[in-house]
Amino acid sequence: MAMKVLTFAEQREGRFKKSTFEAVRTGRKIADELSAEFYALVIGDENAEKIAPELGNYGADKVFVVQDQKLGQYSLTAYAKVIADVINKLDVEYLFMSATSMGKELAPRVAGKIEAGFAADCTDLKVENGEVIATRPVYAGKAFIKMKINSSKKIYTLRPNVFPAGESDGKLAAVEKFNVDLTDDDFKVVAFESVASTKGKLDVTEADIVVSGGRGLKAPENFKLIEELAEVLGAAVGASRAVVDAGWRPHDEQVGQTGKTVSPKLYIAIGISGAIQHLAGMSSSKVIVAINKDKDAPIFQVADYGIAGDLFEVVPALTAELKKVLGK
Amino acid sequence: MKIAVCVNRVPDTETKVKIGPDGKTIDKTGVNYILNPYDEFAVEEALRVKEKFGGEIIVISLGGSENVEVIRKSLAMGADKGILLKDDSQRDTFSIAKALAEVLKEISPDIIFFGKQSIDYDDQAMPSLVGEILGIPSITVVVKLEINEDGTVIAEREIEGGREKVRGKLPIIIGAQRGLNEPRYPSLKGIMAAKSKPVEEREAPKFENKTEVIEMLLPPPKKPGRILGTDASAVPELVRLLREEAKVI
Repeated sequence: MAMKVLTFAEQREGRFKKSTFEAVRTGRKIADELSAEFYALVIGDENAEKIAPELGNYGADKVFVVQDQKLGQYSLTAYAKVIADVINKLDVEYLFMSATSMGKELAPRVAGKIEAGFAADCTDLKVENGEVIATRPVYAGKAFIKMKINSSKKIYTLRPNVFPAGESDGKLAAVEKFNVDLTDDDFKVVAFESVASTKGKLDVTEADIVVSGGRGLKAPENFKLIEELAEVLGAAVGASRAVVDAGWRPHDEQVGQTGKTVSPKLYIAIGISGAIQHLAGMSSSKVIVAINKDKDAPIFQVADYGIAGDLFEVVPALTAELKKVLGK
Repeated sequence: MKIAVCVNRVPDTETKVKIGPDGKTIDKTGVNYILNPYDEFAVEEALRVKEKFGGEIIVISLGGSENVEVIRKSLAMGADKGILLKDDSQRDTFSIAKALAEVLKEISPDIIFFGKQSIDYDDQAMPSLVGEILGIPSITVVVKLEINEDGTVIAEREIEGGREKVRGKLPIIIGAQRGLNEPRYPSLKGIMAAKSKPVEEREAPKFENKTEVIEMLLPPPKKPGRILGTDASAVPELVRLLREEAKVI
């Protein structure tokens, strides 16, 4: 019997994220290279079935759906049980999922259930002699390890924004309902509410473009320069540890070793000198722009383009220029 | 309340990583080690839980004899006793989790704290994995925690672009995120007291690794970038390059 590869296709509130499509596409690619069968799995309430066919656009021919009113809210314990159950019943060997807040919490829990070794937050996967070799950052990206998993079942979480989702194939996947018996005891923890104050805010880990500010902004109110530039670019706002420690910005915006590690296609560092722990968190960005008045600041060592000038003059000019060329 | 905190010893955030002679781990020469920053939030929260409910805090760390430093620091902050699970071998996450779980099972805490991740391998796996091995629930990346008299727990965890409120019940594992609290500095009195607090040393139980590191690599060097100017007159050129050369906007 052919080997099986499964991607857990994360959805929240009846919507897939881009990172879900990336994980589906990657699962499919690895399955093809291993000559394995590929499936996707969607867990949720009645909306799950409605959105599942969409995954056909990203390489899934068949999607299993585990649907239950109670699964409409994310429950770590219940979701882990469902995924482990599907893996065991279908005899899946390789599981892929996104290294999102859900995936990072869920993957080790599933691993514990099925005794699977796992590779977290992978940035590259290759098949060599029938084995999957994973590359993942360690020390917040100051180094990488190449690793392989030796247990019979294997789990990989994929860093968002790194693996291509590709263009939509314009195909719909076949959907098959899969039954898992769940009792109240399986819902030991349940996420029952999103906290509204920050709902809908673009997260630095998911954004294509991140505009970050540091101490060079001199005062918290000057972050409006960062916010205005971010708005024109549809970017997320990030911050250095210095300004988070100073209480200017919330810690969920912090980029760096004790904050978030990001890989956007464009990272704009403004008034950030580039402490080693900050560089670790953002140096895997595809293109880096630095605006800082100190031309010797370490941030210019990793920047592709820099302006060594006064940010209070350069940033408003940049925002105005972008408004003009982007027609906003 | 029986409270456990698992802590790790890691290179500080200023460390410049070099590859060690084995080609699979870092060169430890000249590296300054610290209590994992997220573990400070875990220890602090444990102290707050003890202040509210009473009880005892046991700190556990797995590693070489030098890990006693991070246990002592936690004791100096106010934890009661330590267990050092001695092991010098290269373990993967799974093997560490199993060893910790074996000891935690014996202690049977009402609540277990971890830092949400260790800033060396950044797996972010321990709270979930140890929870699963022990058969108790876990919530990680927690920035707000409320424990009630009846044993119910409400936690807020960070998710993309916001937070979610999660409910659970003791016994539970909590992965502490920055923002959960403001960790106290050990007082001089605390540091003195820590010296006489008991730290038990045991051999860490052995478990098989499920993964294998093939090699450790440094990120590919970036070619030096271009400084386009020193004032706003460089802005149009920057925008042009971002559009036409880098093609990112």
